[in-house]
Amino acid sequence: MALLEVNNLNVQFATPDGVVTAVNGISFALERGQTLGIVGESGSGKSQAVLAVMGLLAGNGNASGQALFDGQDLLSLPASALNQIRGNRVAMIFQDPMTSLNPYLTVERQMTEVLELHKGLTYNQARLRAVQALDAVKIPEAAKRLSRYPHEFSGGMRQRVMIAMALLCEPDVLIADEPTTALDVTVQAQIIALLRDLQRDHGTAIVMITHDLGVVAGLCDEVLVLYGGRVMEQGSAEAIFYQPTHPYTVGLLGAVPRIEQGDHALVAIPGAPPNMARLPLGCPFSERCTLVEPRCFNTRPALVPVDAQSEVLRACHKSALEVRRYAQELKL
Amino acid sequence: MLKLKEIDDMVAGRSLWSDARRRFMRNRAAVISLCLLLLIAGACVIGPWVLPHAFDSADWDAMSIAPTLKNAHFWGTDEAGRDLLVRCLIGGRISLTVGLLATLASVSLGIAWGATAGFLGGKVDALMMRVVDMMYAIPYLLIAILLVTILGREFYLVVITITVFSWMDMARVVRGQTLSLRSMEYVEAARAMGVSTRRIIFAHIVPNLLGVVVIYTTVTVPGVILTESVLSFLGLGIQEPMTSWGVLIQDGAKVMEVSPWILLFPAGLLSVTLYCFNFIGDGLRDALDPKER
Amino acid sequence: MWSYTLRRILATIPTMLAVISVCYFLLHATPGGPFDSERQVSAAVLANLQAKYHLDLPLWQQYLMYLKSLLQGDLGASFRYADWSVNDLVANALPVSAAIGGGSLVLSLIIGVGLGIVAALRQNSVADHLVMLIGNVGSAVPSFVIGPVLIIVFAILLKWLPAGGWNNFEPRFMVLPMVLLTFINVSIIGRVMRGSLIEVLHSNYIRTARAKGLPTRVVILRHALKPALLPVVSLLGPLAISSITSALVTETVFSLPGLGKLIVNGAGNRDYTLVLGLVVLIAVLTVTLNLLVDLAYAWLDPKIRY
Repeated sequence: MALLEVNNLNVQFATPDGVVTAVNGISFALERGQTLGIVGESGSGKSQAVLAVMGLLAGNGNASGQALFDGQDLLSLPASALNQIRGNRVAMIFQDPMTSLNPYLTVERQMTEVLELHKGLTYNQARLRAVQALDAVKIPEAAKRLSRYPHEFSGGMRQRVMIAMALLCEPDVLIADEPTTALDVTVQAQIIALLRDLQRDHGTAIVMITHDLGVVAGLCDEVLVLYGGRVMEQGSAEAIFYQPTHPYTVGLLGAVPRIEQGDHALVAIPGAPPNMARLPLGCPFSERCTLVEPRCFNTRPALVPVDAQSEVLRACHKSALEVRRYAQELKL
Repeated sequence: MLKLKEIDDMVAGRSLWSDARRRFMRNRAAVISLCLLLLIAGACVIGPWVLPHAFDSADWDAMSIAPTLKNAHFWGTDEAGRDLLVRCLIGGRISLTVGLLATLASVSLGIAWGATAGFLGGKVDALMMRVVDMMYAIPYLLIAILLVTILGREFYLVVITITVFSWMDMARVVRGQTLSLRSMEYVEAARAMGVSTRRIIFAHIVPNLLGVVVIYTTVTVPGVILTESVLSFLGLGIQEPMTSWGVLIQDGAKVMEVSPWILLFPAGLLSVTLYCFNFIGDGLRDALDPKER
Repeated sequence: MWSYTLRRILATIPTMLAVISVCYFLLHATPGGPFDSERQVSAAVLANLQAKYHLDLPLWQQYLMYLKSLLQGDLGASFRYADWSVNDLVANALPVSAAIGGGSLVLSLIIGVGLGIVAALRQNSVADHLVMLIGNVGSAVPSFVIGPVLIIVFAILLKWLPAGGWNNFEPRFMVLPMVLLTFINVSIIGRVMRGSLIEVLHSNYIRTARAKGLPTRVVILRHALKPALLPVVSLLGPLAISSITSALVTETVFSLPGLGKLIVNGAGNRDYTLVLGLVVLIAVLTVTLNLLVDLAYAWLDPKIRY
């Protein structure tokens, strides 16, 4: 049985403009030590999906479906039971390190409370573990820095603190919601390398939310491509990167500048992000797809395997062959 | 391939003002308050001409009578036999006029002060804001009392006294907006694209200032009316023969054990007016704030 | 921290000096005032004025002597009463105002913060609507309307409490004034606390705290409360100032022999020097209170460290 198994996850929000379905029918299985990347634009629902799994949706949000962790459905657990899993066996780090740490408490307090709560350590024991954790994420002078406040750390260091804090209880799953988006490129590379090392040392499974394909390439085993709250393509990172079978994935890859492309123009995906309150009846990507046909607007394509042997799932009316041909035209 | 116009229609963006107006109209409390306020203001202006009694004519036969339909004393009379409804409406004229004048004066002063400080920045800004801080630190009523003691209670002096203590909020807010607008990225972008300073000011800075000015004006007005009422209630504001809601409330408080309506009607009018301004102000704030909560 | 404190103290001096000087020189310009040779006062009062204000000396010397006497705690002589100095009058009135004002401030902090927390945690519940209602009424309906209404209800209709007056700190005369002041302050504090806590609870760092599996009680008490209280603390400064207004009105409405009544009567009597002395006293008090609030805020917020 998979470590974290999400089945048909839906997330809806009750807004003044009506019910908005932010996440529609996502399913995946995460094994121990595996890394899953969830890729999509802003507003594609990727953050809301994992927030739903962690029970952190906003007040007007409602999640349905299943999120089985070790046999228990996280979506239907009462708060007290969920609190024993959160921070302990499933941990999460967030996008903006500047605002994700409490500015009014020392880093020490924010780290030791996790160990005191979940592992029953005394304050001094917890303090020791916290210093070790900060060392592991390569924060210099960890012992001295520990008693400082978050605003005395730089952005990159704060994200390291968050990672250290998340890994204190040696969780089975680490959910990382765009951990490097708010950081500059060199720091990004360091954080990704750090996550890779920690995964190797602890065997943690990682769910990495990102819109950056470079991050996916460097870290992920499996990939989920989302658009408009629905899965467009889902499979191993290798298959999706080297043999994309969905026009959206092709578009995403085409938009990444590559040195070997030379003078070749960048391919942009035309149009604007979807209005989640007014999605089209058919495929959500239909309004921007270059391979679109009339039936794409009306009928939603089912998420099915590419072919009988493949484990890659795709949701597109066009055949995989046609999309592959299109990709080759773009020299991908 | 989709054309740009089609995409625009799909996204269907709305301008800030029409969006704000829509949101304001959705706020029932604010809309009702607006109508009520206009009703009260209208009554204060037209009422005294329409009603049969003059505000200072003492009816010796009908002193301190409760509200009645006889003799058209709809709200009763006070201890001197003067019709209460007319007095309330005349008092409303004065209170609202003082409110309007003092608001105009303090809003103008506030905007001028704040925009200058924000625009010039640096030491001038620091100095001007120190003055604002000092004004905040002084309990206005004390100085108002001192001023009234020394200068007297002429109408224009009351307006000046009130103005002196009502301009700081607007100044602070306008200065904040000007400062941040000056360095806003879109202003820098406009400058980088070669847009003239005048166009920058009118196309970017003024519309953003306008929202904040409107909101704080609707916050200033009730404050000003309240200040005048407090001063008058303490016997330090508008003086005879003129009257205002504060004066009427003071009169009413003296005889409230015997004739409570003399207190309750003007107090009710004042409260309702202030409430209306509050709801309108809240409605405007919600309507103009893009981060609807 | 100490240098910050010192700097803040020094910063208040120009303000106080400005207030005192403006008032003092305004008084000098007043026709018929204490410094005008045309004043009409009794011989006894004149003698007092001479003694306290050194009317024979040149202006700048008078001013400096006035500042010196202020520093020594002497608030001057009354323009109307020969037998009482300002200090005497203040000594009688201050305890009354302090008792009512201080007591209601403490009460309103406790009740206001408590109600605000409950309202924020249980949005749209009965408690929440109650807090919003009190907030609305307290801020829109003027204190000099609420006061008489309280009197009508409790003193005239129900006859439970006296309609005003004072008898040497007897509790039944203190109830209604304190209710009025507390109600007004709670309306402000409650609303600010509620709004501030709601906003804090939407912060990213609260989301992180919940993601760590902390129980709700801990999230609120350890993570949310301190940042939520900061706006309330910074509110205390302006609140102290507006409390002066409320106190003046309250003492007038309930006929309490406090500082407020003293100053209002003094203004009505055109007792210039009494009003001057009281204005100076209250101004100094409020500036000091503001300073204390600033220091408390700086102490609480770790981002402010000088």
